[in-house]
Amino acid sequence: MALLDVRDLSVRFGGVIALDGVSFSVEAGQVVAVIGPNGAGKTTLFNVVTRVYRPAGGSVHLDGQSVLGISPHQVIKRGLARTFQNVALFRSMTVLENVLVGNHSRTHTTFLGAAVPTPGASRMESEARKRAMEVLEFVGLAGRAAEPVASLPFGTQKKVELARALASKPRLLLLDEPAGGISHEEVGGVAALLRRIHSELDVTVLLVEHNMGFVMGLSDHVVVLDFGRKIAEGTPDQIQRNPAVIEAYLGAA
Amino acid sequence: MTALRNAPPRYALVVLVVLFFAGLPTVVTSFQSLEWAGVLIFAIAIMGLNVLVGYNGQISLGHGAFMALGAYTTAILVHRYQLNYLVTIPIAGLLTGLVGFFLGIPALRLSPLYLALATFALAVVTPSLIKRPEGLTNGVQGIQLLPPDPPPLLSDVFSLVNGGQPMTSEQWLYYLSFAIALLLFWVAWNLIRHRPGRALRAIRDGEVAAAAFGVNVAGYKTLAFGLSAFYAGVAGSLYGLATGFVSPDTFPVSLSFQLLVGAVIGGLASIAGPLVGGIFTYWLPIVSSQFVSDQTWIPSQISAVFVNAGPAVTYGALLILIMIFAPNGVVGLILSGYRRLRDRLRGAGERGTGQMPPDHQTI
Repeated sequence: MALLDVRDLSVRFGGVIALDGVSFSVEAGQVVAVIGPNGAGKTTLFNVVTRVYRPAGGSVHLDGQSVLGISPHQVIKRGLARTFQNVALFRSMTVLENVLVGNHSRTHTTFLGAAVPTPGASRMESEARKRAMEVLEFVGLAGRAAEPVASLPFGTQKKVELARALASKPRLLLLDEPAGGISHEEVGGVAALLRRIHSELDVTVLLVEHNMGFVMGLSDHVVVLDFGRKIAEGTPDQIQRNPAVIEAYLGAA
Repeated sequence: MTALRNAPPRYALVVLVVLFFAGLPTVVTSFQSLEWAGVLIFAIAIMGLNVLVGYNGQISLGHGAFMALGAYTTAILVHRYQLNYLVTIPIAGLLTGLVGFFLGIPALRLSPLYLALATFALAVVTPSLIKRPEGLTNGVQGIQLLPPDPPPLLSDVFSLVNGGQPMTSEQWLYYLSFAIALLLFWVAWNLIRHRPGRALRAIRDGEVAAAAFGVNVAGYKTLAFGLSAFYAGVAGSLYGLATGFVSPDTFPVSLSFQLLVGAVIGGLASIAGPLVGGIFTYWLPIVSSQFVSDQTWIPSQISAVFVNAGPAVTYGALLILIMIFAPNGVVGLILSGYRRLRDRLRGAGERGTGQMPPDHQTI
């Protein structure tokens, strides 16, 4: 069974059809990329899977269970973590605090438990901090744990977002343009980091990206969207030779 | 470790402040102790507002109503049902917290501007609402509360350090407020640096991202409302006991503004802020009015005008000044001054990255 199964997904915003009957699946252990020109519906797809938007039709199953009936905050408990296209870090917090929020779903200290910290709550807090530091170590940001995220360069902020997502120990990681907005030199580092996340942490990855070199070098499987429709899918090699894809990107020949 | 090294020397500062407040009644008059009790009571209420506005990013212009509910709970339980006043303080807090929690549910549907208006309406109707059930609240007459006697043991201990003078009931009210303020500030500090506090701040910084990481946004927002009201209820209960009299006029609309101004002036999303806010909104108006009316060279008509309108004018002016020059409040101003001084002492350039200075918001 596929880890993520999207069937006939449609999303409308008023009269605009953002997604039109899109189907594809992500097998456990794969790196799958969704590509397409601007406005193809890639981010909309992510927002439906993470329950930010409600689809007009279709289904999304994670491990055979529908996710469309659950609240946005329950998505992460199913093992699905994401990053955001324009970086949505908690700007008033430090790097470590951001990663600790990533840990929210794996801890359960309540208001009462924290108000007068019991030994149990304190232990849970120090374990959470230890785990968060391990994740920061993994992405190479342990030395900047105490810095406020707002002061970091964009590329580093993106790494913090990755660390925050990893802190929830996801099975499926949704990455919205992991190489977007960062310098050419940094892209290679991000690709290497994603390979390590995939192989060392055994996380399945679904990513949306514009950078073709990045996508083709990293993915096992590519899904191409154009104007809300799936126009092709296959291995990177197949996609690069697909006439419909070339037309969508370069215009009719 | 760098976090510890870069932290302001705040633990030493906390000890100093606690010692200052613990020793205060031995150096000021009994009546002034009661004024300072008012400062601490306001600090508690402002801390409640700070949890809601500062840490969670919601707004309330109606916290005076929660104080009224707390005060009347205590007054009615003590006056009609002869309950021990100490027992009524947590009851007032819990009842107000519960009401706040349920008011937090419709608040979820309101945008910030409409939430401000809705809570403002609450503050406006409160005095009239209190007047209605006359059998319960005694209407416009209000309810008188007898000043509580200090516990004998505490009074004896106090007389040892106060030159044989036993503790007055005003001093006892001060110490009661002090103990409760200490407890509730500690609780707020604990909450903020643990998982629930991070969730509150995450919601303020971005609801979609907070939800994506498992934060139940609606649940936390209503809990924040309830917690905030709990603080205001406890403060109201103490306020009633300290003033010895509650009436509809004790809780005018301006009280709610006063609290919000205190939260902003002290510094939102800071633990020390509400204490500074309490001093600014409660103690400063009293002292400045006294100071002006004591000056014999100021014509009495002018000083009378100042005493009447002074606090309101001062709040307005201060609020504007703070918004322009210190958006993070007095505490934020002190912290950034401290950082600048520290960086200069360490030698500039060490941390010069050409970046905008970070916007620190914790403590």
